[in-house]
Amino acid sequence: MKNINDILQKRILVLDGAMGTMLQRYNFTEADFRGQRFKDWEHPLQGNNDLLSLTQPKAIADVHRKYFEAGADIVETNTFSSTTIAMADYHLEGVVYELNYEAARIAKKVADEFTEKEPDKPRFVAGSIGPTNKTASMSPDVNDPGFRAISFDALRIAYKQQAEALLDGGVDMLLVETVFDTLNAKAALFAIEEVKEERNIKVPVMVSGTITDASGRTLSGQTAEAFLISIAHIPLLSVGFNCALGADQLTPHLEVLAKKSDLPISAHPNAGLPNAFGEYDETPEEMAEQIKEYLEKGLVNIVGGCCGTTPEHIKALSTLVKNYEPRKLVVPA
Amino acid sequence: MEKKQPKYLKLSGLEPLVITPESNFVNVGERTNVAGSKKFLRLIKEGKFEEALDIARDQVEGGAQIIDINMDDGLIEGKEAMVKFLNLIVAEPDIARVPIMIDSSKWEIIEAGLQVVQGKCVVNSISLKEGEETFVHQAKLIKRYGAAVIVMAFDEDGQADNYERRIEIAKRSYDILVDKVGFPAEDIIFDLNIFPVATGMEEHKRNALDFIEATKWVRENLAYCSVSGGVSNVSFSFRGNNPVREAMHSVFLYHAIKAGMNIGIVNPTMLEVYDDIPKELLEKVEDVILNRRDDATERLLDFAESVVGKARESKVDLSWREDPLQERITRALVKGIDQFIVEDVEEARKAAKRPIEIIEGHLMIGMNVVGDLFGSGKMFLPQVVKSARVMKKAVAYLLPYIEEEKLANPQEGDSENAGKILMATVKGDVHDIGKNIVSVVLACNNYEIVDLGVMVPPEKILQTAIDEQVDAIGLSGLITPSLDEMVHLAKEMERRNFKIPLLIGGATTSKAHTAVKIDPQYKNAVVHVNDASRAVTVVGDLLQKETSEAYKQAIKKDYDLFREKFNNRSQHKIYKTIEAARENKFQIDWQSSEIVKPNQLGIQVIENMDLEKLIDFIDWTPFFRSWELHGKYPDILKDEVVGEQATELFNEAQKMLKEIIREKKLKGKAIFGLFPAHTVNDDDIEVLVPDEGSKTQEAKKYTFRTLRQQLQRKEGVADYALADFIAPKGTGRQDYIGCFCVTTGFGTDELAGQYRKDLDDYNSIMVKALSDRLAEAFAEYLHKEIRTVHWGYGAHERLDNDELIDEKYQGIRPAPGYPACPDHLEKLTIWEMLGVEARIGVKLTDSLAMWPASSVSGYYFANREARYFGLGKIKKDQVADFAQRKGIPYEEAAKWLAPNMVDD
Repeated sequence: MKNINDILQKRILVLDGAMGTMLQRYNFTEADFRGQRFKDWEHPLQGNNDLLSLTQPKAIADVHRKYFEAGADIVETNTFSSTTIAMADYHLEGVVYELNYEAARIAKKVADEFTEKEPDKPRFVAGSIGPTNKTASMSPDVNDPGFRAISFDALRIAYKQQAEALLDGGVDMLLVETVFDTLNAKAALFAIEEVKEERNIKVPVMVSGTITDASGRTLSGQTAEAFLISIAHIPLLSVGFNCALGADQLTPHLEVLAKKSDLPISAHPNAGLPNAFGEYDETPEEMAEQIKEYLEKGLVNIVGGCCGTTPEHIKALSTLVKNYEPRKLVVPA
Repeated sequence: MEKKQPKYLKLSGLEPLVITPESNFVNVGERTNVAGSKKFLRLIKEGKFEEALDIARDQVEGGAQIIDINMDDGLIEGKEAMVKFLNLIVAEPDIARVPIMIDSSKWEIIEAGLQVVQGKCVVNSISLKEGEETFVHQAKLIKRYGAAVIVMAFDEDGQADNYERRIEIAKRSYDILVDKVGFPAEDIIFDLNIFPVATGMEEHKRNALDFIEATKWVRENLAYCSVSGGVSNVSFSFRGNNPVREAMHSVFLYHAIKAGMNIGIVNPTMLEVYDDIPKELLEKVEDVILNRRDDATERLLDFAESVVGKARESKVDLSWREDPLQERITRALVKGIDQFIVEDVEEARKAAKRPIEIIEGHLMIGMNVVGDLFGSGKMFLPQVVKSARVMKKAVAYLLPYIEEEKLANPQEGDSENAGKILMATVKGDVHDIGKNIVSVVLACNNYEIVDLGVMVPPEKILQTAIDEQVDAIGLSGLITPSLDEMVHLAKEMERRNFKIPLLIGGATTSKAHTAVKIDPQYKNAVVHVNDASRAVTVVGDLLQKETSEAYKQAIKKDYDLFREKFNNRSQHKIYKTIEAARENKFQIDWQSSEIVKPNQLGIQVIENMDLEKLIDFIDWTPFFRSWELHGKYPDILKDEVVGEQATELFNEAQKMLKEIIREKKLKGKAIFGLFPAHTVNDDDIEVLVPDEGSKTQEAKKYTFRTLRQQLQRKEGVADYALADFIAPKGTGRQDYIGCFCVTTGFGTDELAGQYRKDLDDYNSIMVKALSDRLAEAFAEYLHKEIRTVHWGYGAHERLDNDELIDEKYQGIRPAPGYPACPDHLEKLTIWEMLGVEARIGVKLTDSLAMWPASSVSGYYFANREARYFGLGKIKKDQVADFAQRKGIPYEEAAKWLAPNMVDD
């Protein structure tokens, strides 16, 4: 496999689009979610997309395949919520290792197929590490601002398990994404560092934060630059933003990162903002038109899609980026 | 290729803090440290975390760029308290915006802290004290948590206490961190141990110097790192003597920052401004800090004893910021602190239904306290003017909100002010310090002021009074012709059927003049108010419905009585005829009297005076008087009642004076001439001025008309006129006279106007008062130059400043308009003789006041016998004689001399 750092010097890499949006097209029923293995599970499982890596692996592999066909260089594993913390809602803490391991294997297998067919364009798998459904630096109870629903250590332990399983399953890199509370991300990064040290390995790590609204701050209140400073203590493959906003609203925050950081910059925005029905209706052409601004300004090294994006969007992006140089990077001394 | 990001220490709370080589010294707030704040310790012990949060908030609002949090106390569960407090801070965006310094000697507390803060913190601190293994372990974790670190200069053998040990430990720590741990060098901050100096122990002498030199070495040799420290340690041996401690902190920081210390824990209330440290103290403190002499400690100790007596309340004690809102607002007003007022007013506004409530509520409550304190003599004028400055800022901040609300709810009534007062300095007069002070004080008391400024013609005063429907008119003036203007204005008010009260104030005004001359002209109330503190009561009594009528009647009656008594009294005095007075003139023996010929006859101009030279010539006593602080300088600084206030005022005056001089904000110019002269016909002085324009170089002749005392006094006392000090024509002796005009007023109005625009009446008045003092000092300075150089008769005098002020030298410099020669008309002669306006730009107004106001003009008499005297009253016969000598109508002479004429 070619070194991803070298490739990042040469061209803009394309990340895949939404997994959930694609899975919705299958209209899986509760029974489909459960499959054979969980048919007697005591709790409802419909909507637990991460579980489909175990119960509908073919569908997951197909989605990855479609994104690779659309031109993606990197696909994310179907593990956004695969931590003991997030799986607690389904009482599925016990299968978290498997969820990650299998999801990684599925994605890696498809990636390898494509790399074999097209060795000049090696395909990568990024292990998706989501924010969990709890925040370490905010209280869920407005009347008790000092309360915390989750501790750093609990997050660290959960993230460590996820990272280990993803690496065991063969991912090429880890992607700590949709960071709305930097402290959660710091726990994930802390865990990853522990794994790296214990296994004596190097693994590329991408971090992608989320600016939640027009205030230009993360949900936990940090500005883009403060966020950058807070996660810069770990060697990173890239830093960027994803989700919450459409491509155009993300531009000023990417500009901050591009100005203040030497790292490659990633962006995988939503397909615009959701409409009244919660649907994302920005067309691939519209999105590509906006991403073009990043490229013309030389802001990014990795682009992709988040909520509402499809292989069509990714195809539009992968066609677009061929015409542009990546953001210039500093050669490490 | 893109430029690589420089290796700066970057920290974050909700917002970034990037410390670059260009950054100013980064101050770490230390009051959220149980060891640094007793109050904080108490609150934490009592579990009052919410209140403790306010301390953190105040620090951030007060400018701390990082806040240090420390819970190390035997009676506190440190880890729990740290986590709880940090969790609460994180929920307060106005505090959490700055990075946090997690301060503990216990690793478990540090780690617990690191686990609850999302931003990039600073750990305070780790060291090699327990060996390399622990050090590496902790450093690795700190790196993994994403924090910067303070490394103490401490190792297995103990704390570094000299230069070599400091750099040895720093180097070793740095190498381990950078090479072994891979710690980013820019995230390393060294605390090189600040230890006390002047302890009396030989081995402590180099403590400060070693720190400073080690700092320099570290910054030069250990790339990208920072240096920090707790500054208050250095002055530990002077506990209880804050002036010395403050000076020590500031001197230490001055040198340490130069050496590269870029972060520190400094209590801002314990810091003197380096430039403001008195020279003598500075020298002794620097000797100690820099270990410049063996006996430095003894010398500072000796000196400190003299300083301790003057120990004052710390200038910037901010603990009051923790008080409830109203108390803060009241305090800000009483103490004249404008730093936080906008923020406090905003807090009040947010809580209030209508913005006007803040003015009518919070601010008036505070101003009432100010009023009470002022009324009871517990506050002094300079303080009140400062209070007004704070008030103005607060109101200015609220006005847009009030306007906005008015637009929204036009039916809501306006706030009621106490009344509207028109203030003006009368036509021909340019002096306005007193008027401005009274305006400020009245405005403080909720009166609306319509200030028409200086040289206001009577028509404008009256028309404005009608247009603006004012409730009273206040007139001010400093020179004697202004008195007539006031009389004229009173007449006009009567003629035009005015009903509102007329207030009279200013240096030349008096109850006598008001009662005798002004009051009879106007049927309604006329009141003489000569100090600002009385203005409020008088205006209050005049305008309040309940008291108004009774007060007006009482005043009328009082003035009637006063007038009656005054007229009776003046009749007891007997005046001589002018002829008789001339018979009894002051006799100098012109045969033996020494007359020195001036070294340089003719006219000279000083274009651009170096104002610094004037500082030593300033007579400060009148400066305090202009602020209504009475007492002689320098004793006034130690006065039991006004001493503290006088000292503060004096310090602030010094500061502004320095600024004026440094930035050349005022321009000093002078013109003077020394000429041959002799007396003719007893009272006239003929002066021969070389006419540069004429081909023959023939001198042009000018005449000064002097006035002679006429009051009958005891036998053997002469009746003086200035002419007596110049040799008469018939004596055969050639005598000389000088005249001059100095000014330091170019720039004053602009500067004062600038301050006023910034709602800062305090400094606006200060500028004018100082500018006046500088003009007087210039006159004193120039007089000395005349005596010792240009004229040269006093070439050998050696007088110190007090002797100068006490006028212990030979010769006088009386000024037209002042007691010896109250007639302003002679200024016209001086102006013509010297070409004052054309050459230095000082003008005369209709009333013969000088513009710029900060100007002094006068004569020089050199004779040993020349002395100051007061003319006193003169009779009509002299006025008629004067008019005839001058070639002007009697009426005109009478108009100018009216204040000095006996009524007969």
